[in-house]
Amino acid sequence: MSDSQHDFGFDTRAVHAGQRPEPYTGARAVPIFQTTSYVFEDSDAAAAYFNLQEYGNTYSRIMNPTVAAFEERVASLEGGVGAVAFASGLAAQASAFFTMLEPGDHIVASGALYGGSVTQLKHLTRKLSLGLTFVDPDDLDAWRAAIGPKTKVLFGETIGNPGGNVLDIESVAAIAHEHGMPLAIDNTFATPYLCRPIEWGADIVIHSATKFIGGHGTSIGGVVVESGKFDWSNGRYPVVADPSPAYHGLAFYETFGMYGYLMKLRAESLRDLGGAMSPFNAFLFLLGLETLPLRMERHVSNAVGVARYLQKHPQVQRVRYAGLEDSPYHRLKQKYLPQGAGAVFSFDLAAGRAGGKAFIETLKLWSHLANVGDAKSLVIHPASTTHRQLNDQELLAAGISSGTIRLSVGLETLDDLIWDLERGLQAAAKTMVTEEARA
Amino acid sequence: MTDVCYIQPQIPGLEGYQDPDLISGLLHNARTIAVVGLSPNVLRPSNFVGFYLQRHGYRIVPVNPREKEILGETSYPSLKEIPFQIDVVDVFRASDAVPGIARDAVAAGAGALWLQFGVISLDGARIAEEGGMKVVIDRCMKVEHARHLGRMHWLGFNTGNITSQRRFDR
Repeated sequence: MSDSQHDFGFDTRAVHAGQRPEPYTGARAVPIFQTTSYVFEDSDAAAAYFNLQEYGNTYSRIMNPTVAAFEERVASLEGGVGAVAFASGLAAQASAFFTMLEPGDHIVASGALYGGSVTQLKHLTRKLSLGLTFVDPDDLDAWRAAIGPKTKVLFGETIGNPGGNVLDIESVAAIAHEHGMPLAIDNTFATPYLCRPIEWGADIVIHSATKFIGGHGTSIGGVVVESGKFDWSNGRYPVVADPSPAYHGLAFYETFGMYGYLMKLRAESLRDLGGAMSPFNAFLFLLGLETLPLRMERHVSNAVGVARYLQKHPQVQRVRYAGLEDSPYHRLKQKYLPQGAGAVFSFDLAAGRAGGKAFIETLKLWSHLANVGDAKSLVIHPASTTHRQLNDQELLAAGISSGTIRLSVGLETLDDLIWDLERGLQAAAKTMVTEEARA
Repeated sequence: MTDVCYIQPQIPGLEGYQDPDLISGLLHNARTIAVVGLSPNVLRPSNFVGFYLQRHGYRIVPVNPREKEILGETSYPSLKEIPFQIDVVDVFRASDAVPGIARDAVAAGAGALWLQFGVISLDGARIAEEGGMKVVIDRCMKVEHARHLGRMHWLGFNTGNITSQRRFDR
């Protein structure tokens, strides 16, 4: 077998893909190309770059060598033909849709999406005259029934929140493809280490790199990967396939083939919306990816340990983690997430809203904040923070009870995480005793 | 573990015509490339590819009976009229035109037949192989040059290249 046919494994690609020794200096670590712009060799080269006839660096809002190393590495790990990085996960998501949609088009999305995604989609679709339907992600008939003549994309998450839903990616992809549409998947909670949606038929994969990809809570970023397998010339996507007025009539899909969507995402959407990733953040994300396999193994083993402890605790009503054998999503977890269901999940305290507050305030190792996917363990009580405007009835509709706690399990010593949770649960129990005494 | 390193749309049966070593060897050794179906329209994919390859030092020989000159080079009506050695015949024509082009390429003594994205003819490939030519099918010469010798990695594309060696791009 020739050298170029050797299949490099995931861990090797997490360390090497996208980055070769810098040819000019020999630097082995990826240099941070902290530059806005790039000197052209000559006028002909400049013209060729701006006409997209040649691969070249022009301006760091559109491309940057450090960011490109990150993009290629994520594309390699997800099994895509390429990737485009953004300043945040939501910038990535908005741009991915912006590239393929026109006013009047319609999105069908999982109703169990991350709250920030729900807000973004509601807001953007209203402002851009797009249609939007949320469906129960577990109900394949609901996905099918929501599709209309102007529907252009189906969108879901590998692992939902707070219910811990695992999406049946292969079946939803088949529904999308029956209608000549792509399936876009937010793979943030799983990371490509635990699930590669493209292998199950997804066409576009979106990440908030802020979470496990960065892994250390230092930087905000996002990335869009494409499989290169979707036929954008099937008549449903004139906005991708037809000549572009922004490039003198260049037809992106015909000219760049399987790279056409990503070229358009970069050369039009990133250029025009401007949500570019900074080179320094890309450097930190590259460092994060080097240890992604090691970190995800520990995140998952700690998460399973914490979930099993909580499951047996008298102060805990239920634990919603697909990594537990009695989860309704366990069968799908075994199929799509055989190495683990991630490290973000929620559980319900018996002690309700007051108990949740006491629990959070007692913890001294788990950090109370609104993020997930850090090396440090994180905790939030939605009823007193992100969802505090909702009454108990509205919370239930969002799949949250007044005692729901969301955890992002970090890399600390498992015994220490459980020790701290036990302190919090005892504090929560005391609030119940107090309330009973009052009654 | 499946290889997701080098993933691309795969049409079964073409793997032997898409071998990275074969492709890399052709790109390194070729000097003269006849582009069959080269368009004078700068927005057409064939023109993009011809322009790019010319910029990277290859001699481009247009084959288009409707034109006298494209990209500053004399255009020939067919491969048979080209009076000098051709290393690679790069085809931007409908798949059913390929067997005839392959016969002309063999007669002209060309070294390789390269069929662009979506140009797929196993009959044409067989004719070229029997005539001693190397054959690439359903690959873009510009993309493969950028992957193996160029700057494709600057735009975040998955080149599949992994190396600890220090090398300059061209």
